[in-house]
Amino acid sequence: MIRVEGLTKRYPRTVAVDDISFTVNKGEIVGFLGPNGAGKTTTMRVLTCFLPPTEGMAEVAGYDVVKQPMEVKKRIGYLPETPPLYPEMEVREYLQFVGRLKGMSGTALAGRIEEVAKRCHVDDVMLKLISKLSKGYRQRVGLAQAIIHNPDVLILDEPTSGLDPKQILETRDLIKELAGEHTIILSTHILPEVEQTCQKVLIINKGRLVAKDTVENLTSRLRGSDAVGVEIGGAAPAEVEGALNAVAGVATVKSTGTKDGRLRFEVEGEPGRQIRPEIARAVVQAGWQLYELHSLSFSLEEIFLQLTSSDAAAAASAQTAAKGEAQ
Amino acid sequence: MSNIWVICRKELKSYFASPVAYGLMAFFALVAGYFFYAAVAIFVTRGMEMQMMGRGMPMDVNEWVVRPVLMNVSVIGLFMIPMITMRLFAEEKRAGTIELLITSPVRDWEIILGKWFAALLMYSAILGVSLVNVLVLFAYGKPDWKPLLVGYLGLLLQGGCLLALGTFLSTTTRNQIVAGVGTFAICLMLWVLDWITAFNTESWAKVISYLSVVTHFEPFSKGVIDTKDVVFYLSMIFFGLFLSARSLESLRWRS
Repeated sequence: MIRVEGLTKRYPRTVAVDDISFTVNKGEIVGFLGPNGAGKTTTMRVLTCFLPPTEGMAEVAGYDVVKQPMEVKKRIGYLPETPPLYPEMEVREYLQFVGRLKGMSGTALAGRIEEVAKRCHVDDVMLKLISKLSKGYRQRVGLAQAIIHNPDVLILDEPTSGLDPKQILETRDLIKELAGEHTIILSTHILPEVEQTCQKVLIINKGRLVAKDTVENLTSRLRGSDAVGVEIGGAAPAEVEGALNAVAGVATVKSTGTKDGRLRFEVEGEPGRQIRPEIARAVVQAGWQLYELHSLSFSLEEIFLQLTSSDAAAAASAQTAAKGEAQ
Repeated sequence: MSNIWVICRKELKSYFASPVAYGLMAFFALVAGYFFYAAVAIFVTRGMEMQMMGRGMPMDVNEWVVRPVLMNVSVIGLFMIPMITMRLFAEEKRAGTIELLITSPVRDWEIILGKWFAALLMYSAILGVSLVNVLVLFAYGKPDWKPLLVGYLGLLLQGGCLLALGTFLSTTTRNQIVAGVGTFAICLMLWVLDWITAFNTESWAKVISYLSVVTHFEPFSKGVIDTKDVVFYLSMIFFGLFLSARSLESLRWRS
């Protein structure tokens, strides 16, 4: 649905986006992640034909953003960071205007406005002036505006910025609901958002793509091996540690103290081996009580910091990116 | 074509959603009304004087009332035009709504034409207020209607040309005040350029004077349509809109 190759955007003094390539398939939700000023908005603006790329190409639904901008624009719904609203208009009037701007008219538009208003939960403020709306409602009107012409691709620039926690949850749910019909790219610097809503992540830092993968793959790749947390009751620490070390495939065992009289350990396996079944079996065979056995994957937050802050991570990230490419 | 109309309608709505439209209309009604009153009063006193002196020469209403009032109105227009055009693009740029327009399947020139048409219609609506004066003239006298029509056509052409320049200035900034003041300066310049011929009659002075919008309006106020004036106004309109299109395009590689 979206294909970007070697995209570069240079300004006289800075390089905003440096040689980015990625593809997004139909129906996917892709999170575009990076610190402020990393080049997320610039990339999105290129995709929406707002800015021309300096080098490279970008294609939406098979149309080139430079050569066939009208075709691309017809197929894209865009919500910029600040929703593009006219305060002096009523919500219905505004949606009508945007609908007409996107080439709709008559009863088709009227029906679509009702539909979109319901989906975005703005049907109760249709006759209110936009200037009187709360921030949450404005954001939803912005979203309604983006989907009014039922575009193939939705591009959302920080759709949850500035909202309160309840509104954030509502917006995320709405985005997930929309995922089935539209291909969505959303940018954010809030990490849990990506974990919760997106299937794929693109991490961008200083204009360069440092990682692209699914959330799960990214975490497991970075760790490189299986790591689990275990909580065991009814046993002596030394005994357990010995038993865990004896399990096939276990590399290291680390005690992390006790909780409610139960022992807790972090166990890391050898690269490429699943050690959870063996651990479970060992614990049960020894007659101890197994309270908890969970995967200790990196949170996206840790990955993100690792990828964007340290030089040591640069090598690892390049590797990840390369693997993503191969995939 | 329909895109132009969509943009134009939206602009007109926002003119009338704010007090600007009504304020301008009220201001114009007051000032144009005053000039009309003054012209009629002079006409009437002169007429009485003539009669008392025994020279019963008929006086021409068009020459004595319509022409000076049209000239005055054309100058008032110079002051109102910046207020009409200053928000056109500056406001969209400040609020970020320009992103919506540019990422919609609408061409740049459709956006510009739509906005310029809206400004022109707004200007016509303001001029329309002065039709009350014209009606008064018809109720009490017998003016010739053809020069009047030509006069209003001239006002629209002159307005259209200044509005196009104002539209351009509005695309260059996100600050309405800057756009307004810049447009006002240009309007003023184009008005006073012809004064130069008062003290200098060399050929370069004539060229400069040719650029004055008021010089080209004068024949219209007399009821004369001269091709050279029409061409001047139309090419200025084209020039202004062309600059706007360039400026809008430059947003893309500059921002």
